[in-house]
Amino acid sequence: MNLEEYKGVFVFAQQVDNKVDGIAYELLGEATRLAAPLNAKVTAVLVGSGIKNLADSLAEYGADRVIVVDDPELKDYRTEPYAHALASVINEFKPEIMLVGATAIGRDLGPTVSARVATGLTADCTMLEIGDFPLVAIPGKESEQKHNQLLMTRPAFGGNTIATIACPNNRPQMATVRPGVMQKIEPKKGAKAEIVEFNPGFTPNNRYVTIKEVVKAVNDVADIMDAKILVSGGRGVGSKENFKILEDLAEVLGGTVSCSRAVVDSGWKPKDLQVGQTGKTVRPNVYFAIGISGAIQHVAGMEESDIIIAINKDEDAPIFDVADYGIVGDLNKIVPELTAKLKAEIAAK
Amino acid sequence: MKIIVCIKQVPDTKGGVKFNPDGTLDRGAMLAIMNPDDKAGLEAALRLKDQYGAEVTVLTMGLPKAADVLREAIAMGADKGILVTDRVLGGADTWATSTTIAGAIRNLDYDIIITGRQAIDGDTAQVGPQIAEHLGIPVVSYAQEIKVNGNTVTVKRQYDDRYHMVEVKTPCLITALSELNEPRYMTPGGIFDACKAEITTWGRADLKDVDDSNIGLAGSPTKIARASDKVRKGAGEKFVPETPTEAVDIIVGKLKEKHVI
Repeated sequence: MNLEEYKGVFVFAQQVDNKVDGIAYELLGEATRLAAPLNAKVTAVLVGSGIKNLADSLAEYGADRVIVVDDPELKDYRTEPYAHALASVINEFKPEIMLVGATAIGRDLGPTVSARVATGLTADCTMLEIGDFPLVAIPGKESEQKHNQLLMTRPAFGGNTIATIACPNNRPQMATVRPGVMQKIEPKKGAKAEIVEFNPGFTPNNRYVTIKEVVKAVNDVADIMDAKILVSGGRGVGSKENFKILEDLAEVLGGTVSCSRAVVDSGWKPKDLQVGQTGKTVRPNVYFAIGISGAIQHVAGMEESDIIIAINKDEDAPIFDVADYGIVGDLNKIVPELTAKLKAEIAAK
Repeated sequence: MKIIVCIKQVPDTKGGVKFNPDGTLDRGAMLAIMNPDDKAGLEAALRLKDQYGAEVTVLTMGLPKAADVLREAIAMGADKGILVTDRVLGGADTWATSTTIAGAIRNLDYDIIITGRQAIDGDTAQVGPQIAEHLGIPVVSYAQEIKVNGNTVTVKRQYDDRYHMVEVKTPCLITALSELNEPRYMTPGGIFDACKAEITTWGRADLKDVDDSNIGLAGSPTKIARASDKVRKGAGEKFVPETPTEAVDIIVGKLKEKHVI
């Protein structure tokens, strides 16, 4: 592998139902930042069926070039045709860096593609930077230190440790990046990118699966990653019905309800409202943790919130270790009274 | 039907992570358990065995003590255990781990391979799809439901805002979510069997079609530049109010102080 051949920062621009996913714009923002010290161009890889019209929005968010792989086989996400598309783009265009969202799609596509093109992949990164590997040159071996490497930082051990990882001898350097962590750039209205159409050919083989049915979750709620105020409930809320008191509180504050994994497992709330390691990472201005014990997997998804207010009847609940304000008490009594009081306060203004 | 379930022994991060006085993780003080997603994968395999009849082989890669999770799996109802262990395999990243496990699996007959979605120590979710890639078989990740009809497997595949009902032909690999099921307990008879059961142990020489450049620390494309225990945000103020009204006053006071309202 001649590492010098590999140039540019590439982003897998995830789209679903011919709508660009927010993670694509976040990755483009990060790619723009990483490309600067490398003097490199930012390329978005857009894969799907009938999706060419999406290229302009990627240009506005920072793509210098958009490689479009458009084929009827790519209508809904399936591992094989998508992995073939992305691996073929990598083999043809040789990126130095390849970023993929750590979504339910990207966490399947990323490992498959990295194994196919024989490179390393770092999962669920929360910070990326360009630097040296090793970080400090080994005395006497200064010439072996590699510069302009992608340093990928990620939590491990349920968020209890962090590791910074490099991929010095293989290309591309691949990372999946958690949604909600990287910043989009301010879109440049009317910006245009170079459009390259590329089709490696798609011939169904044993690895093609058949999608018999697509069932979408009824989604009439705001994305919890965009919420300024989150009222989040855990197992302690007790029942699906009792989430009403959290919804009332959220409404009065103009916030959104979210939840812990236990709530999703119990079938009280859908998966897209889940905060935590296997759910979404959120950083609202205010995060209410109500009846949430605070397992580290949950904390990993919300600890960057500006203000954390916890209500829990268990004085020893670990959530109190991260809460700015912890209230030991019965949520069934406190939450409705809090809603009423806030309603009165806001009405009085 | 032959099913291989890949399982991993991991430190239990539930119920509190233990730290050494210097702030590093005290892995020795933490219980070693079967990774939860893998246990759900094993349970799914055992249900297929109950329903259709199947031979279930559990396979793990790790230190010799990882044989404990194989015995636990046998006590739950698995038929055979294979431990892949060798000093030269240590320090593997997901690429080197998946090439190693694929090399072990090439010695076996199988219709379905089941892995957990991800392990709670690394949380990468990479090894399952990478094993499938090395073996050239289809992968269906994030399974919430698995049904078998002849050589067709129907999987409910979870996404962020939807699920797909997917049909895949055997041989295939499926990664299981822990919400797939409630794993069964070990049975007394199973525990008896597990004590007697012979665990097959394989080393480097037993891996089929695996190049030395793709195993262990040296064969891992990703390298750790720095690792540290995360400095967690400290606890704030904790209140134990006498009445709900007092609790409400505290919260409203803080929201005003911070200009939220």
